[in-house]
Amino acid sequence: MTSSPNPVPAEFPRTHYLNAAYGLKSWLWTRDHKRIALLYLVSVSVFFALGGLMAVLIRMELATPEGDFFQPDVYNRLFTMHGVLMIFFFLIPGIPAVLGNFLIPLMIGAKDLAFPRINLLSWYLYTIGGAFTLWALLHGGVDTGWTFYTPLSTNYVNTAVLTVGVGIFIAGFSSILTGLNFIVTIHRMRAPGLTWFRLPLFVWGHYATSIIQILGTPVVAIAILMVAAERVLHIGFFDPKLGGDPVLFQHLFWFYSHPAVYIMILPAMGVISELVAAFSRKPIFGYKFVAFASIGIAVLGFLVWGHHMFVAGQSIYAGVVFSVLSMLVAVPSAVKVFNWTATLYKGSISWDTPMLYALGFIGLFTIGGLTGVMLATLGIDAHVHDTYFIIAHFHYIMVGGAIMGYLGGLHYWWPKITGRMYPVFWSKLSALVIFIGFNVTFFPQFILGYLGMPRRYHSYPPEFQVLNVMSSAGATILGIGYLMPLVYFVWSMRYGPRATANPWGATGLEWQTTSPPPVENFAYPPVVTAPPYTYEAQPAAGKGAARVV
Amino acid sequence: MSSESHGPSDLAHHFDSYEQQKESATLGMWTFLVTEILFFGGLFAAYSLYRSLYPEAFRAASHSLDIRLGAFNTAVLIGSSLTMALAVRGGQTGKPKTTFAMLLGTLLLGSTFLAVKAVEYADKFTHHHVPGPSFHFEGPDAPHAQLFFSLYFGMTGLHALHMVIGAAILAFMLRPALRGAWTPRNHNFLEGFGLYWHFVDLVWIFLFPLLYLIGRHH
Amino acid sequence: MPNIPNSPLFPEQGSDIARSVDHLMLFALGGLVVFSTLIAVLVLVFMVKYRRKHEGEIGEDVYETNPKSQILELVWSVIPLGLLLILFGWGTKVFFDQNRPPTGAAQYWVTGRQWMWKIQHPNGRREINELHVPLGQAVQLRMISEDVIHDFFVPAFRIHVDVLPSRYTTYWFKATKTGEFHLFCGQYCGTEHSKMVGKIVVMEPRAYEAWLAGEPAGGAQAAAASGEQLFVAKACNTCHRPDSSARAPILNGLFGTQVTLQDGTRVTADENYVRESILNPAAKIVQGYQPVMPTFKGQVTEEELIQLVNYVKTLKAADGAAEARK
Repeated sequence: MTSSPNPVPAEFPRTHYLNAAYGLKSWLWTRDHKRIALLYLVSVSVFFALGGLMAVLIRMELATPEGDFFQPDVYNRLFTMHGVLMIFFFLIPGIPAVLGNFLIPLMIGAKDLAFPRINLLSWYLYTIGGAFTLWALLHGGVDTGWTFYTPLSTNYVNTAVLTVGVGIFIAGFSSILTGLNFIVTIHRMRAPGLTWFRLPLFVWGHYATSIIQILGTPVVAIAILMVAAERVLHIGFFDPKLGGDPVLFQHLFWFYSHPAVYIMILPAMGVISELVAAFSRKPIFGYKFVAFASIGIAVLGFLVWGHHMFVAGQSIYAGVVFSVLSMLVAVPSAVKVFNWTATLYKGSISWDTPMLYALGFIGLFTIGGLTGVMLATLGIDAHVHDTYFIIAHFHYIMVGGAIMGYLGGLHYWWPKITGRMYPVFWSKLSALVIFIGFNVTFFPQFILGYLGMPRRYHSYPPEFQVLNVMSSAGATILGIGYLMPLVYFVWSMRYGPRATANPWGATGLEWQTTSPPPVENFAYPPVVTAPPYTYEAQPAAGKGAARVV
Repeated sequence: MSSESHGPSDLAHHFDSYEQQKESATLGMWTFLVTEILFFGGLFAAYSLYRSLYPEAFRAASHSLDIRLGAFNTAVLIGSSLTMALAVRGGQTGKPKTTFAMLLGTLLLGSTFLAVKAVEYADKFTHHHVPGPSFHFEGPDAPHAQLFFSLYFGMTGLHALHMVIGAAILAFMLRPALRGAWTPRNHNFLEGFGLYWHFVDLVWIFLFPLLYLIGRHH
Repeated sequence: MPNIPNSPLFPEQGSDIARSVDHLMLFALGGLVVFSTLIAVLVLVFMVKYRRKHEGEIGEDVYETNPKSQILELVWSVIPLGLLLILFGWGTKVFFDQNRPPTGAAQYWVTGRQWMWKIQHPNGRREINELHVPLGQAVQLRMISEDVIHDFFVPAFRIHVDVLPSRYTTYWFKATKTGEFHLFCGQYCGTEHSKMVGKIVVMEPRAYEAWLAGEPAGGAQAAAASGEQLFVAKACNTCHRPDSSARAPILNGLFGTQVTLQDGTRVTADENYVRESILNPAAKIVQGYQPVMPTFKGQVTEEELIQLVNYVKTLKAADGAAEARK
């Protein structure tokens, strides 16, 4: 926005969305997308903490080769619940429900999402689904693995499969409604002058994510219903003893669960685009390529599910088709990484905390993505399937990628969301601790996997111990790294310095309103007249945040 | 799925114009229907797989369904889509009495469909064709015939659930319709619901031949 | 290509295919190292070189100003695609080798169940959780599960294959090194999944023969004989007789041939076909026959099914006489 027609917002607002109304009802019955985003922030943080606790317990067990900490069936419940909580209740809602909900209307100059009450309904569905799952957790949990393959899950366990299934089913509708809301909002509620190719890449990323959410989630919902039917009514969809086919479940499950991983990563990529542009003070290199790459990943992502089933008994020719398609889906991701790197060239780069997370993402996502390409290679996957190599791969993407994107986004937009800044030294230190802890935890797992250590093993041959101890040590460091932001973010809400409207000097409509924003988002309806990420140089001045108009 | 549903429609505070509100509501309903296609799609996929694997069992099981009742129901549902379309037309042209009458007709036809379905289900119950412990099938390959019936009840049951929800909403629409809630300027809810009803009809148009008409050409 | 010496990063190479997988992996790893290092170096260099010098400074929109930008986009899309396709092609070739046993491989049977492996040698000798094999001999395992999905995984041979409860799957290897190698269950199968482990013991051929000979009495001819005994005990022979009326298809010479079904389609009479015909005869009716065969589901275990399938395989057509319908 070179010369913005929009008025300059007040320095520190007296009333804004946080203090416009008080009381429990004003929060639990709100239609304001910003408050709903904060409701989600609290819920996903709770599930992240629980899932993280499971991880700590798992790594404690795995520090020794013998299964001496927990009984096997307790351990099996731990890794199952870790997966279920992290995937369905943290990573999938994660960035879209917290950052997407808060920012999309602001970024497009709207007063709210298209369907505010459906937005609130989404949060309630998510919470109810989560409640079911927590209830199951307290009543012994589930021990089928988060992938609950049949016929193990339908006929061979007597744990709370049904309860957790219901919880995930309900939470799935939360995801579908969020996606629906975003699609309609982005199509219909953009400010005057905001054409599709003037949208921030964060919005493109969420648009692509929403497509996956609405198309993929219903299929896993049906798969869950069929598992329930088989468990309760003994209808033979999947158990051969009742006339069914166990591999059919895998097809229905992975048809959603593969695109689901793109639900988890595309929003993070959207965040990274914003961070790299803001902290290089220039447009993203190849904006259109990055925008189309998001859509490309969403579409191609629906065609590759069989790469989870190379050795599952499907025909080797099907494997060939899925392998080549999986190679194709790697290309748009690679393009994004190259474009972010090229953006740094001749940028004006500041080493603020959000940028540190973005850089960590680029490095770790590259490694995670390239190991994914190894898994798409039939000959390699046949060896490392269901080993710690797989675990390392997806944690590099999910934790090294998605979670770092989430944290980077939180640190970037925190001043906008709360009107406060957090202590800079501690934020940079924790980014470093998280980066180190993450690598020490998960890098050894690549080696363990290739050596042959299978996943979901409670005990293992003693020759694998050294690498497991390294991994467990790393997990401790990582855990500490995650606790630090919790402390200083909460501290900042009371004691942090007040933030101005645009503390980073970035472009984007969200920075053209106060921190925190008013209930209606903008004092005056914004108008857009320039491409995104358009910066105007200021003369070399003394200290103080640049005022970019 | 946007404005306050009963009484005169306002412009919701976050929309800039009636046009924006209407377009959002329409796009929202279409997007929702796409998710419904995928929802039913999983069951259709399972059905296709098992039908190709066990054609004999599926044919025998299919022949135990009453094709006349199925065909009658198809006609009833198509008729209800006609009345639904006319109801929307009534809203578009500002004729509350027409809207009311057509919605009532849709409700009656939809209820007829559900009543016939109940008769069919009862018949299956007496013949022990309901999957579960008391299932018994006289034809060949009984275990896979049970699979057919599981899919039959699953798919028609899911469809019937959508019809029940639709019928309930229809019942609540009658009074506002008569009072002129839906005007040429704002009849989003009516039109959105019409889309939903047509979709449910369309699903049945696929279900009927798949389930009832296997190998009936001789 | 040279052999990879034993290293802490790679498991032992127990077969030739293990070597090819490791070579493939090294290629992929090389690519990963090159690209990750490239990105990491570029990112760090740019971060330092273009560090913001004063508050009002902005970056240069290189994409707009440089006319070669779009070519660059194309280049770094096409080159990775090319490398990926090479990796894909090579990986496919290795995968086909991993999954296509050579003809003449020795036929073993594996039954997996919670939480143990039951293995049967071609001559009938049985083992639990261990598999002794001779060096240099192609070994083909036909596997099935009695309950849930398991997976047969030997890191030294670099391959997993799932073991399903609905039909047989195939695993093969040719050991090129003597020794003991880990066998793991590679698909989560319940409480004691981590304990469903064992070992492959590769021996010199003479040592293997000696081991085989030193078996408990009654083992050697047990398999084929017990298949025949089962065939009689379950009364299969009352309908499936070489001199039979048209009540049941003749099984002599049937195995491996094409069978025409009632609806005109043709299937191959392989292990899965025979097994399915015993458990669910109504699923595939042979053309010209009535669906009168009763099902033996629940009356025969997976192990008995293996013996019966083995037996049917041995039934050769009588010289020149009526064979199974073509």
